[in-house]
Amino acid sequence: MLLKLTSLVPLYPLIGCIINGFFGLRIGKNAVGLIAAGSVGLSFLTTLIIFIGLVMTPAEERVFEQVLFTWMAVGDFTAEFGFQVDPLSMTMMLFVTGVGFLIHVYSIGYMHEEYSFYRFFAYMNLFMFSMLLLIMGNNFLIMFIGWEGVGCCSYFLIGYYFEKKSACDAGTKAFVMNRVGDFAFLLAVMYIFNIFGSIDFTTVFHAAPEKLIYDSETVTIITMLLFVGACGKSAQIPLYTWLPDAMEGPTPVSALIHAATMVTAGVYMVVRCNALFALAPITMWTVAFIGGATAIFAATIGMTQFDIKRVLAYSTVSQIGYMFMAVGVGAYTAAIFHMVTHAFFKACLFLGSGSVIHGLHGEQDMRKMGALKSHMPITFVTFFVSTLAIAGIFPLSGFFSKDEILYHALMDGNFILWGMGITGALLTAFYMFRLVFMTFFGKSNVDPQVHPHESPKIMTMPLVILAGLAFFGGALGIPLFHGWHILHNWLEPVFYFDMPSALEHSAHLLHEQGKHAPSWSHLLQPEGDHNVWVEIALMLLSLSIAVAGIFGAYICYIKKPHLPDLLTEGQWGYDLVKNKYEVDEIYDETIVKPTLEGSKLLWKECDAKGIDGAVNGTAQILGWLSNQARNFQSGFVRNYALFMVVGFIGLLIVTL
Amino acid sequence: MEMVPLTHYLFLSATLFVIGVVGVLVRRNAIVVFMSIEIMLNAVNISLIAFDRYLNLHDGQIFSFMVMCVAAAEVSVGLAIIISLFRNKPTINLDEFNIMKS
Repeated sequence: MLLKLTSLVPLYPLIGCIINGFFGLRIGKNAVGLIAAGSVGLSFLTTLIIFIGLVMTPAEERVFEQVLFTWMAVGDFTAEFGFQVDPLSMTMMLFVTGVGFLIHVYSIGYMHEEYSFYRFFAYMNLFMFSMLLLIMGNNFLIMFIGWEGVGCCSYFLIGYYFEKKSACDAGTKAFVMNRVGDFAFLLAVMYIFNIFGSIDFTTVFHAAPEKLIYDSETVTIITMLLFVGACGKSAQIPLYTWLPDAMEGPTPVSALIHAATMVTAGVYMVVRCNALFALAPITMWTVAFIGGATAIFAATIGMTQFDIKRVLAYSTVSQIGYMFMAVGVGAYTAAIFHMVTHAFFKACLFLGSGSVIHGLHGEQDMRKMGALKSHMPITFVTFFVSTLAIAGIFPLSGFFSKDEILYHALMDGNFILWGMGITGALLTAFYMFRLVFMTFFGKSNVDPQVHPHESPKIMTMPLVILAGLAFFGGALGIPLFHGWHILHNWLEPVFYFDMPSALEHSAHLLHEQGKHAPSWSHLLQPEGDHNVWVEIALMLLSLSIAVAGIFGAYICYIKKPHLPDLLTEGQWGYDLVKNKYEVDEIYDETIVKPTLEGSKLLWKECDAKGIDGAVNGTAQILGWLSNQARNFQSGFVRNYALFMVVGFIGLLIVTL
Repeated sequence: MEMVPLTHYLFLSATLFVIGVVGVLVRRNAIVVFMSIEIMLNAVNISLIAFDRYLNLHDGQIFSFMVMCVAAAEVSVGLAIIISLFRNKPTINLDEFNIMKS
């Protein structure tokens, strides 16, 4: 019964977007803010009601599909416009609408001085609508609409200050890089339709073990394409460079789109397609290593940046890397767990940085901050709690989620991955506390003309709530005690995959093709028991690593503030990292410039000279001929008479 | 009495016609051009009647009356045009009139 409300969830933000987009200037700022935040709030309440409905249904039947209409039917191809609610999408819906609501409320305060207040909120609501389509769609195509929709809104909002060239460029960069991933995703969807004859999630995932051979080329190509799509959206190597630039947008946008929700869409998509990924060990391996590499890579860059939002952006890239690492080792629950806790603490961090920027009248450089803790106490406390959470200090949320990922990475038997993860954890603790120490502690480097002040209540309230969630969010997945991991129990039906029968099918299919199936028996070994002692040892280790990172930051930025300069002065390695490993420059030289040059060549030579030349040439020849013919018409009567005579004589000669 | 043979009439007609054509082509005075056209029409009349007589029919004679009617109508229209040309520009030299060209 309660589940029937599903289609209302994305509807509210759409209505909000339409009202704000068309009548925003007329109805005034208060009404715009009320409609925008209210519509998302209504979505959140509706989601809660649906959640109750879903909890009340028995665990095995927790998949609810609501088909609104058949969108298109061409030959064998049918695409329905429908929604699917299961524990996975429910989890996403809850935190997307919940965090989204808080950020909308915050934005009312943050954006209040802006003239195009209504435009901002229209885009934000449109984003919420697209994001909900992405996570609620019951087939790949609806997901793709949402996928493109969020990319589009991301582009609009990064370029919100469109009078600034850097903002426009950043928007374009984000859009183009996303297109690369989107294209791969679309190819994957086409391939899936080609194989399964359907794009419906339920149909495809049920048929996957019967139609696809384990470790075959087909499934590897499909999953690789899907993963490239996820890389684009979730800013993983090699498509991550757009995310730091996306910080040109207003800070609430960074919090909502580029930290909490949109950038995790790639992780969600891979998790959603777990039935396909389970059959492609090579892809899983790639996913895990790309994730681990991104986690370290982005963290090192984050250590050297001075723009407060850029540090957070690299931190986001790095944390999403963790999620992919978890997905790659098959720990889907851990990935979703980290995604949820990350949404809490990273949204809080971004909003906190927004509050700092707001209090300093637009200053983003951390070197011009310092000692803000007494000026903005609420911002400081919430920011500090979230920083502890992301650094992985017990008992905050980040500790549990990150630790679970590291545990699964180790249990997968891959020490390199685990090493990447633990190094990343050290770096995370270091750069996050570097940020906190530079911003809130030490001596003030604030411009004397600027008087820092605490932000209004409408901005601090969301901060407090998010900090609370970041603090207690770990309760969703308490390890060690069997059955206490709420999220695991909740998501388990979605991730159920019958590996033995899938392998049996694969062997059968191979046999039909006259090939011999390799031995897969090692894949079927029963998973070892949850080793409590290993886990406790790991927890202690990661805790001490985090504390070491914090201590390092304390030494470098509080105790001996000259130490970092001393250490980094003239070091080419430091300069390399500070310049973001020159990746942007490399991309510029190898991809952007050749493309521009090639396009210019095609434009100037092929289009302007070749095609335009042919078209204009034809016209010119005709014009010249007409001009010649024009000379016959002299206007002299006797001339015409002469032509008549000549013509007549000609006729005579011909006929005789 | 010996009949004048058909060939003579036809030669006369052709000669007159050519005189008319050349007159139209080479003379500049509109009146003269006009007269040349009349000569051409009458040359045709001569050959019509000559054939009519030779073949013992009556159609040619009737048709020559048609041609005369047309010629009379043409003269009235043509002279009116020439007068209006003269009013437009105090000359009837045809080389002066090429206003039809663009």
